[in-house]
Parts: sequence; C-alpha cells; structure tokens
Amino acid sequence: MGETEQPQATLPLDQWHRDHGGRMVAFAGYAMPVQYDGIMAEHLWTRENAGLFDVSHMGQLLIHGKDSDRALETLLPGDFSAQKDMKLKYSLLLADDGGIIDDLMATRRGDDFYVVVNGATKYGDIEVLQQGLPRDIVVDYMKQQALLALQGPRAVEVLDAIVPGVAELTFMEGRAFHALGQTLWISRSGYTGEDGFEISVPGNGAAALADAILDNPLARPVGLGARDSLRLEAGLPLYGHDIDRSTTPVMAGLTFAINKRRRAEGGFPGAARILGELDQGPVQKRIGLTIEGRQPVREGAVILDREGSEIGRITSGGHSPSLQRPIAMGYVAAALAEEGTALKIEQSGKLFDATVTPLPFVPHRYHRKQPGA
Amino acid sequence: MSLYFTKDHEWVEVDGDSATVGISDHAQQALGDIVFAEVPEAGRQVKKGDEAAVVESVKAASDVYAPVSGVVTHGNAALADDPALVNREPEGAGWFFKLTLTNPAELDGLMSENDYRAWLNTL
Repeated sequence: MGETEQPQATLPLDQWHRDHGGRMVAFAGYAMPVQYDGIMAEHLWTRENAGLFDVSHMGQLLIHGKDSDRALETLLPGDFSAQKDMKLKYSLLLADDGGIIDDLMATRRGDDFYVVVNGATKYGDIEVLQQGLPRDIVVDYMKQQALLALQGPRAVEVLDAIVPGVAELTFMEGRAFHALGQTLWISRSGYTGEDGFEISVPGNGAAALADAILDNPLARPVGLGARDSLRLEAGLPLYGHDIDRSTTPVMAGLTFAINKRRRAEGGFPGAARILGELDQGPVQKRIGLTIEGRQPVREGAVILDREGSEIGRITSGGHSPSLQRPIAMGYVAAALAEEGTALKIEQSGKLFDATVTPLPFVPHRYHRKQPGA
Repeated sequence: MSLYFTKDHEWVEVDGDSATVGISDHAQQALGDIVFAEVPEAGRQVKKGDEAAVVESVKAASDVYAPVSGVVTHGNAALADDPALVNREPEGAGWFFKLTLTNPAELDGLMSENDYRAWLNTL
C-alpha cells in the first residue's frame, strides 16, 4: 500500500515539505507532497480558507524574439496577436492531427510570452516549441524558478498582507511585484475553481515566501491529492488523463481556447479537423458524471449505454469532498452527452448507475473583472 | 485470544475457531481518508489470499485479502454508512469481517504483533 516508485529529482521546497509533514511521492519525475494532514481536510480548507500548493514541477518558459505572438499562433489556436499585455490565456499545444500535446497558460509580457506547461510534458513541449518556432524565437526554460499557488476565498487577504497590491489583480491577469527582498511574478489564476494566485519565485527564495504565507493561520499547505480532487470538482481537465494526443479541443469542450479570428483563418496544427468538428460536432464529448452510491469509479472504467454497449471511458474519477459523493469525467458518444442522460459504468465486473451532469460540479468563484469597471 | 498480522497490513484476531479481520493502523494511515468500504456477505467462502473486501480512499482503491481461509459469518455493516470508522478505529470498531477458520494451520505463517511492528520499522 506504500508508494514504491523512486523519485528522480527534488524541487526547491523538498525539505520544507518534509519539515511540514508532507508525505512525499514520485510525480512527474520529482518527489512531491501528496498530502500533509489529509486530502479531505486540505480540500475543504482550500474551499473555505487558503491552501498553499507547490507546483514547481510545472515548466515555466519564457518565449521571446521578434513577432513571438504570430509565431506562437502557428502552434497554438489562440489569438496571441490581440492578447493584451499582462493578461493570461489558456491555450493548447496541438499536433498536426488536432490531438492535444499539452495544455498551458500563456501571459504576454511586452513582446515576450511567459508560458506555464505541465510538469510531465515540459521537456517534450520545449522540443516541439523549439522545432516549430522560427530560429530567432528563443525558448528559455526558467528552471531556477519555483511556482507556488495560493488558492481559496481567503487567499487574497493572506497574500495582499505580504505583497501589497495583489488584491488589485483580476482573474487571468498578472504582473511583477517586489516583496521579501525578491521579485515575484504573480497572476490571479489557478486550477481549483477558487479565487487565488500563482506565484513564480526564485527557487532559493521559495521557502521564505512559503513561511511568510503560513504565518497567517488562514493558510495551510495542501498536497497533490487535494489538488486533484479540487480540479475534478471544478471540471478542469488534467493532461494525460482527460486530455491527450487522442483528444481534440472540441471533443474536450475547450473550444473557448480557439479564438474567433483563428476559427475564421485557421493556420494552426490540426485546423482542418478541429474546424470540421466545430462545424459538425465531435464524435465524442467530454462530460461530467455523478455516480450513484458511495463507491468512486476511477480512470479506465467503461461507460455503457442502456443496451450495455461500450460508448466511452472514465478519464478521471473520485470522491468529491465538497459534494460528499463520487463524481467523474469521461468521454461518451456525442448523442449520449446530454445533461441528465442515464448511463451505466462498469468497473471490476460491477455496474454503477450514473447521470450526465454539467461541469463544473462545484461552481467557479474566480475574481473576474466587473463589467464596465 | 491471539492477534496476528500480514505483510499486506491486515490483522486477524483469533478466538477459538473464529477470527476477526481488519486493516492495520499503518494501512489506514497509508490509505488516507477512506470514503468507501465493501465487506463480504455472511456465508461466503474465502481462501487465504482471496480478495475479500474493498477499501477506497479519496485517491485510490485497494483490496483487502483474506489472511486465512474460512467461511464469513459477519461483514461489518457499520462501514457502509461510516467508512471513515476504519480511519478512526482501524484495529477496533473498524474491523471488516469475521469468519470461521477452515484451516487454522495457516495462522502459523502470520506475524505476531511485535514482529509486525518491528517489520514496519524496516520499511
């Protein structure tokens, strides 16, 4: 029942996690904390107060060079030319067949783009970017930077007391701040569905920042376990599970990442297939499911229609601490993706009743810019 | 009454030819918050090593193996509505099932409590 995989590398906060009771497991090639006090308590704490996550395994890239916005548009379906300074955009690195190589956040910083990609895919992404972008566009992997996330309804009061001014940021906006004797790149973003921040900090200053945050009793450290249950409740796809090379942005319900001008003009990898799916609808769609009973269904479980034919698979599933019931995401034939559709799930020879449920399971509470403000 | 443990972190408390089976405190700590437990029904015949019960934490599902062969006499009904009882009292009220031993000689292959606790320290 223990975790047997040997971690390959340590992150800047490795000792800090151990000192705070983190249970370390191998994840994305690093030793990372899966939990401290317990997943359930950490999850609920984040929904009510402020949870501090170490996401330093993720790849922080700086892409610079002349016309980097236009260059990025050859690999990603976002409208980077029109992207405003200091604004974040969720985007997808696409393969030629329209499959998803990775999902990422890209922030314009003047002529450059600060891009955060997934930890397990970062080296492959860098290769794809270097090969796909013109030679005069440079991809810097900022591996000396740690990345922390402070998430939850009280995150703003905790962080603004340490870094005055962060409260002025709105959702999907970032900039540089100076605090604790260092430069911090802070954005109002995250992957829990809650208001909160992501903080890029030099690795050697990460522990001082984490300590300053935890000095406030409203903040507690939260591990990967609760990060997963929080993002599942928020309906957010996890790369390598809910999205991968075999899924397209349209199948995954991520069409908001394909901006209007790009739909009209195309010119991104897989555009023919993706624009066709936008027009005619995808064969399969990512859906949310609520499961009857108490037992969670997990990734890989088979989804059946009423006749018992396989129509898809579960890609993420588990117990929802906030809803106190099992929830899941998966793909099904588009005709059976309607809200309220009754389906069956088969796992280890057992059948479960499930109902197609709109995502997110738990409403997002982002700090969006007020209209007209 | 004697108490035995397995390397799969189950415990067996034996009283005559009747035995109670659960998972150890170490096991519940490793699993974390338990959200589901399924226990066998009375009358089911289990062989040593069979998957006899299921326990699921927020993160993952695990099987509970029968540490000895026998015929199940009781499943712990309390776990259906309160699976976290396994976290709170793993080596007490959070037991999984009781059975009548069909091959008591199998107990010889299990660890004593002292041996188990000593073995845990080597992991």
